[in-house]
Amino acid sequence: MEYAPAKFHKSARKLAPAGETFTYSPENQRRFDEIVTRYPPDQRKSAILYALYLAQNQNGGHLTAAAMDHVAEQIRCTSAEVEDVVSYYTMFFTKPVGKYVLNVCRTLSCALLGAERVTEELCAKLGIKPGETDASGTFTLLEVECLGACDRAPVVMVNDDWHERLSPEQAGKFIDDIRAGGAAAFTGCHLHKEKK
Amino acid sequence: MAYEPVLTRHVGDQDAYTLDAYVAKQRGYEGLRKALTQKPGEIIDLVKASGLRGRGGAGFPTGLKWQFVLKDTPKPKYICCNADESEPGTFKDHVLMERNPHLLIEGCAIACYAIGAKVAYIYIRGEFYHVQQVLEAEIEKAYKAGFLGKNIFGSGFDCDVFVHRGAGAYEAGEETALIESLEGKRAQPRIKPPFPAVAGLYQCPTAVNNVETLCNVPLIMMNGPEWFTALGPEKNGGPKLYCISGHVKRPGVYEASMHTTLRELIYGEQFAGGMIDEHPFKAIIPGGSSVPLLLDKDLDTPASFDDVQKAGSLLGSAGLIVLNDTVCMVWLAKNLLYFYRHESCGKCTPCREGGDWLFKLLTRIEQGEGQAKDIDLLFGVASNIAGKTLCAFGDAAATPVLTTLKLFRHEFEAHVREGRCTIPAEWRARQPMLAGHH
Repeated sequence: MEYAPAKFHKSARKLAPAGETFTYSPENQRRFDEIVTRYPPDQRKSAILYALYLAQNQNGGHLTAAAMDHVAEQIRCTSAEVEDVVSYYTMFFTKPVGKYVLNVCRTLSCALLGAERVTEELCAKLGIKPGETDASGTFTLLEVECLGACDRAPVVMVNDDWHERLSPEQAGKFIDDIRAGGAAAFTGCHLHKEKK
Repeated sequence: MAYEPVLTRHVGDQDAYTLDAYVAKQRGYEGLRKALTQKPGEIIDLVKASGLRGRGGAGFPTGLKWQFVLKDTPKPKYICCNADESEPGTFKDHVLMERNPHLLIEGCAIACYAIGAKVAYIYIRGEFYHVQQVLEAEIEKAYKAGFLGKNIFGSGFDCDVFVHRGAGAYEAGEETALIESLEGKRAQPRIKPPFPAVAGLYQCPTAVNNVETLCNVPLIMMNGPEWFTALGPEKNGGPKLYCISGHVKRPGVYEASMHTTLRELIYGEQFAGGMIDEHPFKAIIPGGSSVPLLLDKDLDTPASFDDVQKAGSLLGSAGLIVLNDTVCMVWLAKNLLYFYRHESCGKCTPCREGGDWLFKLLTRIEQGEGQAKDIDLLFGVASNIAGKTLCAFGDAAATPVLTTLKLFRHEFEAHVREGRCTIPAEWRARQPMLAGHH
């Protein structure tokens, strides 16, 4: 009797599906090579979070096993070490996400001012539950922990942009605006308002 | 005499974040210039004399922290600036980095010189990407102007400041977890000792300081320790930033001396301006979600490290979350335990398992399905987390349960007795009534 299926080996276990072959674009390779010089030569692993951000952005918002293997090669560590990091931090995704990831802050100060209702409105508008992506692959809705802008509650972070003081009543319109204008709809951050 | 802001005097100006404005209006980089004419040990003595206490939460004297950094070692030394501002209710470092980044950059450079480091890493939370962009652009300008880099002011002192982006982990705000994360690992705390001052980043001597702490250093260099001490009560000197959120008219970051009472911060016209509507004050979390609640009777306490502690809570990160009587305390504890359960790094069993257990118990009670014995069980589980973990996270996670049980046990009992929440449904904070006020 065979001890284990011949083709299986523990090292073949991966956190995410393999995905297509992945290498950094020349631009991302240049940026990685530059960032890695910020750390001592024997401490390349310090650049792992940055390397993963580059890979995730290049891959359209999530990490595949191929992308993580590439990061491991760049850092000169094992794939398991990369997965160890990826599975810990909340800003890395191992499944495809929508073009716009809506992160609604749900912690106390935002919750006091209606964050739960914002989530409800967004769920109703998009027809999905928190943690899901809509059928068109445009929006992913997530509830996240304190974003550190409690004076501008309720806060929603869309990809890397912030939308502050998003009342439940405005939530539906916000989605319409993104559908119509894309990133041009990200006008809700105080920085955007100050630039005007 | 009215208090004159020093950390945030210019943050409202359009050009506040620029190098030119910093040099022109805030005598920018003069503190560093002055520091480089003195011996590193003299700077540590100055900071010690000022009594500057860490603004990240613990209130530990900064000068001492720097003094503990191992001197006789061939290894490089490091400054790590903790900009992983994640404590619920806290958003002061956010303002400093976005509107006054050069004050932090100068503080990093002086700190490096004082402890004998050549590199400072600013560990900023991943969600602050827009703040990071401002900060990195300004660091670039500081290099070009010769305030960072090689041979600063011809003194022979070299200093690099780098921004390191985190990726979403509350625990990375704990100093040894921050170091682990900076080394490219999961943000989990280390067993202490050795403390970072002996074996920190890459096992080298390291000082980890909060953003607001480092921002105070150039001010001490320029104005002297006596000026700093005179700004506040004894042992609580210097300017302080308060983050006020929740049910107040004007939530925001306010700078004041630590003479200012909690009541002034909530009701003062120059501060948060009072409660949001007709609903009266119920309680306040004075230092970020990890500290015990205070009540109306405690509000005349000055918001200083020592006075708030005497009143039975902690100033922590000075994140004041103000609550009115629409807030159900069982719901509040549940909301915060959801946070702690989610953010526990998983290293210590009491915190990892206990946080989840507390959340499940609170959910059961809040939904009206709890039994009387669940309340005692809550207390038992919470008491067995506090003090039994490697870092302060365990205590932080137990606190919302222990403090609500201590001050508002009757609300828990009412949930069990009535089988529902006893706050009128139309008052509930999660209703749109309050959310539409902006």
